[in-house]
Amino acid sequence: MDEKILEIRHLSKAFGKNVVLRDIDFSVKQGDVTCIIGASGSGKSTLLRCINFLEEPTAGDIIYHGKNMMEERMNEAAYRAKVGMVFQSFNLFNNMTVLQNCMVGQEKVLKKDKETARKNAMYFLDKVGMAPYINAKPRQLSGGQKQRVAIARALAMEPEVLLFDEPTSALDPQMVGEVLAVMRKLADEGLTMMIVTHEMAFARDVSNHVVYMAGGVIVEEGEPKQIFGNPQSAQTKEFLSRFVNS
Amino acid sequence: MPETFWGRIVMLIEEYSTSFLRGAGVTMIIALVGTFIGCIIGFAVGIVQTIPVSKKDNIVKRVVLKVVRFILTAYVEVFRGTPMMAQAMFIYFGSAAVFNINMSMWFAAFFIVSINTGAYMAETVRGGILSIDPGQTEGAKAIGMNHVQTMLYVIMPQALRNIMPQIGNNLIINIKDTCVLSIIGTVELFYTTKGVAGAKYLYFESFAIAMVMYFILTFTCSRILRFWESRLDGPDNYDLATTDTLAHTSGMYNYSTEKKEEE
Repeated sequence: MDEKILEIRHLSKAFGKNVVLRDIDFSVKQGDVTCIIGASGSGKSTLLRCINFLEEPTAGDIIYHGKNMMEERMNEAAYRAKVGMVFQSFNLFNNMTVLQNCMVGQEKVLKKDKETARKNAMYFLDKVGMAPYINAKPRQLSGGQKQRVAIARALAMEPEVLLFDEPTSALDPQMVGEVLAVMRKLADEGLTMMIVTHEMAFARDVSNHVVYMAGGVIVEEGEPKQIFGNPQSAQTKEFLSRFVNS
Repeated sequence: MPETFWGRIVMLIEEYSTSFLRGAGVTMIIALVGTFIGCIIGFAVGIVQTIPVSKKDNIVKRVVLKVVRFILTAYVEVFRGTPMMAQAMFIYFGSAAVFNINMSMWFAAFFIVSINTGAYMAETVRGGILSIDPGQTEGAKAIGMNHVQTMLYVIMPQALRNIMPQIGNNLIINIKDTCVLSIIGTVELFYTTKGVAGAKYLYFESFAIAMVMYFILTFTCSRILRFWESRLDGPDNYDLATTDTLAHTSGMYNYSTEKKEEE
């Protein structure tokens, strides 16, 4: 399974004159768990949002299964359904229950019938341990619970790649544990994931590819063993020195 | 003629109760239909005003949208910025004089109240849409929804809840403001009252009855809308869909793994 699902070529993004991403190149293969690490403001989240076209890239190519998505913009919604996203602030639909949150995309975007959508939603809610809460509204849940529902919602679309934008940054340590446990399980099951995170231990233990970004460029990338054990660039060393091996 | 104030009130009610009730009925019908159609206009205009335009859209879409938006903005500004009474005269008599259209009284009444409400609601709806966290839109886009689906299933239900108090406001304003339609001869509550007062020379007593009736109408509506609002919020509690007691701890998934580690 060596086919590249996603290939990012020379991607750059500027907000006005402020360049936040410069010439980003990398690719994602089936089953890859890629962690993007780096200081706040280094462009990690923007990169992820560009991949999903939540931000419009200024230049470069995003190639999805050999098709350049920068040119084929008509299929943007269909592409997004295949490249799911989990947000730092959950972004669950406040007007729907947990179950409806996980069903609405399947019914309206994938055009599945109600019963199939419900079964599928229940399967994924069960997987993240939120099945008992199907009747709750998002405002009645804790942060960790919301994030697990958000993961189930993304999974219910059965995406090929799931993007995580700092999924645990808004949570307390116990909730971080809940969410990371779910993500670890997904990684074990072979889901292709791209994760922007500040959880270094998670990046080291779970991912098979680590990208270190600073100042809008990829400074260093490679296997976690190499990045964490023997970083080549001075910047990476400096950044990781704050992360005490635990 | 009875000697006391209450006596005269009772007499008016006995003699003209059907007229008063019919007038109140007309008022309510105009207010309800006008508010309803006005809300639909407001939603349509508000949605068009909040369609996002990006540079990648083709030129035709951008130009069309710009023209439509200009017209809608002009509509909102003109109808918000002129008195409804003057509009009623202008539209009712103007349509007959200039276009030779003889509007029925009912049509004119619905039309005037609707477009007025629409002008106010357009801004309210726009505000309601803007008040929804952009994260909701991003969440919807991230699962592949297009703009229409995002609006329909995610944004509008939440915006509607947020602007419910304002819709109630508009309904109450409309109940009271239908009285300006008496100027084009709509026989609603105010027109009826004026007729009764004139026939008996009992202005104070007639309008006392009208005031009480207006108040009953508006107060009832405001209570019904409050009730509807609380229904929209849904229950504060929810039931866990399980008999498994482990599920009552927040970290069900965690709980089982931690237990294994302890062993």
